[in-house]
Amino acid sequence: MEKGFSPVGLRVLVVDDDPTWLKILEKMLKKCSYEVTTCGLAREALRLLRERKDGFDIVISDVNMPDMDGFKLLEHVGLELDLPVIMMSVDGETSRVMKGVQHGACDYLLKPIRMKELKIIWQHVLRKKLQEVRDIEGCCYDVGADWFTQAQFLGGGEDVSFGKKRKDFDFEKKLFQDESDQSSSSKKARVVWSYELHQKFVNAVNQIGCDHKAGPKKILDLMNIPWLTRENVASHLQKYRLYLSRLEKGKEIKCYSGGVKNMDSPPKDAEINSGHQSPGKSSSYAFLKATETDPKQLAPASVSDPTSGVHMPPKAKKTRIGYDPPISSGVFDSLLPWNDVPDPLESKPPILYENSFLQQQPLPSQSSYVANSAPSLMQEEMKPSYVNEDEFLMPQDKNSTVILQDMDLSAPFSSNATSNTDSIPGSLNWELPEAHHSGSLDTDLDFTWLHGEHFFANSGLQNFQFQDYTSSTSLLSEPPPHLWYGNDRLPDPDEYTLMVDQGLFIS
Amino acid sequence: MQRQVALIKQSLFDQGYLDEQFVELEELQDDANPNFVEEVATLYFKDSARLISNIEQALERGSFDFNRLDNYMHQFKGSSTSIGASKVKTECTMFREYCRVGNAEVFSLFRTCDECRCLRTFKQLKKEHATLRKKLEQYFQASK
Repeated sequence: MEKGFSPVGLRVLVVDDDPTWLKILEKMLKKCSYEVTTCGLAREALRLLRERKDGFDIVISDVNMPDMDGFKLLEHVGLELDLPVIMMSVDGETSRVMKGVQHGACDYLLKPIRMKELKIIWQHVLRKKLQEVRDIEGCCYDVGADWFTQAQFLGGGEDVSFGKKRKDFDFEKKLFQDESDQSSSSKKARVVWSYELHQKFVNAVNQIGCDHKAGPKKILDLMNIPWLTRENVASHLQKYRLYLSRLEKGKEIKCYSGGVKNMDSPPKDAEINSGHQSPGKSSSYAFLKATETDPKQLAPASVSDPTSGVHMPPKAKKTRIGYDPPISSGVFDSLLPWNDVPDPLESKPPILYENSFLQQQPLPSQSSYVANSAPSLMQEEMKPSYVNEDEFLMPQDKNSTVILQDMDLSAPFSSNATSNTDSIPGSLNWELPEAHHSGSLDTDLDFTWLHGEHFFANSGLQNFQFQDYTSSTSLLSEPPPHLWYGNDRLPDPDEYTLMVDQGLFIS
Repeated sequence: MQRQVALIKQSLFDQGYLDEQFVELEELQDDANPNFVEEVATLYFKDSARLISNIEQALERGSFDFNRLDNYMHQFKGSSTSIGASKVKTECTMFREYCRVGNAEVFSLFRTCDECRCLRTFKQLKKEHATLRKKLEQYFQASK
C-alpha cells in the first residue's frame, strides 16, 4: 500500500509566552504522539520556522504575546511558509476569533485546551495538503476534468483506477504545457519561493497592475531572474491568486457575521471587485464588496510594513479571476518548500488510524465538496478566462501521488463504519452533485464541523445542506448559530471556520 | 496520609478553588513525568507572582492605566486557566470587567469608583491566589 498521511510524529511548533501553558501543551502534544517544539517568543518562533523551512507541519500560537502580535505571526507563517496555524487564547471574543480567521488561522482554540482538541490538529495539516493539490489540479477542472476530480474522491481506495486516471491527468497536463519538458517527470529543480523572490514577484505583479494582464510571461520578464521559468511563475501566480482570494473570502465572513451593516459599504471595496467580474455576476457577489474595514486593515498593514514579509498590495486584492474554485484553508500557497522536499508524509509510517481519527474525518467529502463546487461567482465566468490564462503548472507527480493516496483512505474510512463514518460515503455522494450547484460564497466558507460524533448527526449534515442553497442569504443566516455551538466541535479547519470551546461566544 | 490527600483535594474542588483543568493535568501525569502536576503548579505560582508584582506596580503608580491593567489581567487569567485556578480566574474576569467599564467611564468620580472596585478585586484575587498556593503546597506535600 502506498504510504499515507500519519498523525504520528506530526511536527508541531507551539508558541506561547505563558510558561505554564507551554509546559502543559508540550506534554499534551507529546501524548498525542506529536513531535513538539516549544517557543516562548514569537520572533524566536519565526526564526525557527525560517531556519527549518520544512521542519514543521503545523504551528499553534497564542494570540497575545509581548513581542509580537499573534496575528502578525500568523500572517508571516501563512505567507512565507504556508503552514497551517492554530490560534489559542483565553479570550473567545468574536472579534478576536474573526480576526484570527481573517488572518488565515485554520482554527481558534480557547484555553483551557483539551486533549481531544489537540488530537485532531493533524487534520488541518492533511486538509491543507489535500487542498493544495486540488488547487493545482483544479486548472484541469475547466477542461472537463470533473470526472477526474470526482473520481478522485469517489474512488478512494481504488488504486488501479486512480493510477489510470492519473495518467489521463498527466496527458491533460501536457495539453496545457507550452514547454516540451514535462513537469510530470518532475526531475527539474523546484523553485523555493524565498521571501525575496516572492517580493520580486509581487512587485512585478503590481507593476503590471491589473491582474488581467498579469500573465506569467510578463511577470517573469519583469522579475528578471534568469533561472526562473515561466512555469514557475505561473504556478506561483496561481497560488498567489488563491491566497488573495482567500483573504477576500475572509472579508466575506466578516461581512456575514456583521450582517447587513457590512454590506452597506460597497464603495470602498468597489475598486477591489471592479474590472474583474463580469457585470452579470450573481448577486451574492455583492457580499464580497462589503468588507469595509478589512481591506483597509490588511492593506495598510502589508503595504506599510515591507519588512514584515506580508506583502499583499491592495491592488493585488483585485485578483479574483483565474483561480481555482476551492479556496479554503491556508493562506498563501507558497507551498514550494513543501514541494521541494520529498513529501515528509511519505516517510511516515503507514497510516495510524484510530477510530477516533476516522470518525472525525470527513476530509474526502469535504475535499470533494470544495473542489467541485466552485463559488458561483467564479464558476461560469471564471472558467473561460481561466483557461485562457497562461498555462499553469501541473502538480508534481509526487505530490499528486501522495495526496491521491490519501484519498484512498476514504475507503478504509467508510469501511470502518461507525455511525459516523457511515455517513461519510453518503456525504461523499451527496457532495458530488453539489458540484454543479452554484455553491455560492459559502462553499468556501465550509462550515462543516469535523467532530466525529456530532458531526453528521447534528450540524454537520445541516451544514452540508447549507451548501445546497443557491441563495447565499440563507447561508448568511445559518452559519452563525452553528459556528458557536462550541462543545466538542472542530470545524473544518478552513481559516474561515471557528471553534469556540464551551460555547464561549462573547459578543 | 492518603486520606488526607484525598480530603485536601476534595475540599479544593468543593470550595471552587480548582476546576476540571486540574483533573486534566493529573491525567497527563505519567511515568515519564511523575511530578508533572506539581511542576506545573510551581511554574504557575512563580509566573503569577511576577504578574502580581507587575500589577501592583501599575496600581501604585497613581494614575490608573486600565488598558495596561487589563493586559496584565488577561495574562493572569490565561495563566490561571492552566492549572484550573477557578476562583483566581473569576477574580481576574471581574477585574477585567471593571477595567473595561472604567476605561469607558467619562465621569472622573465614577471612574474612581471603578478604580476602587479594581483595587478591591485585586485584593481579593491575591487572597484567593495565596490560599490556593498554600493548599496546593499542603496537597503536594501530603502526596509524597
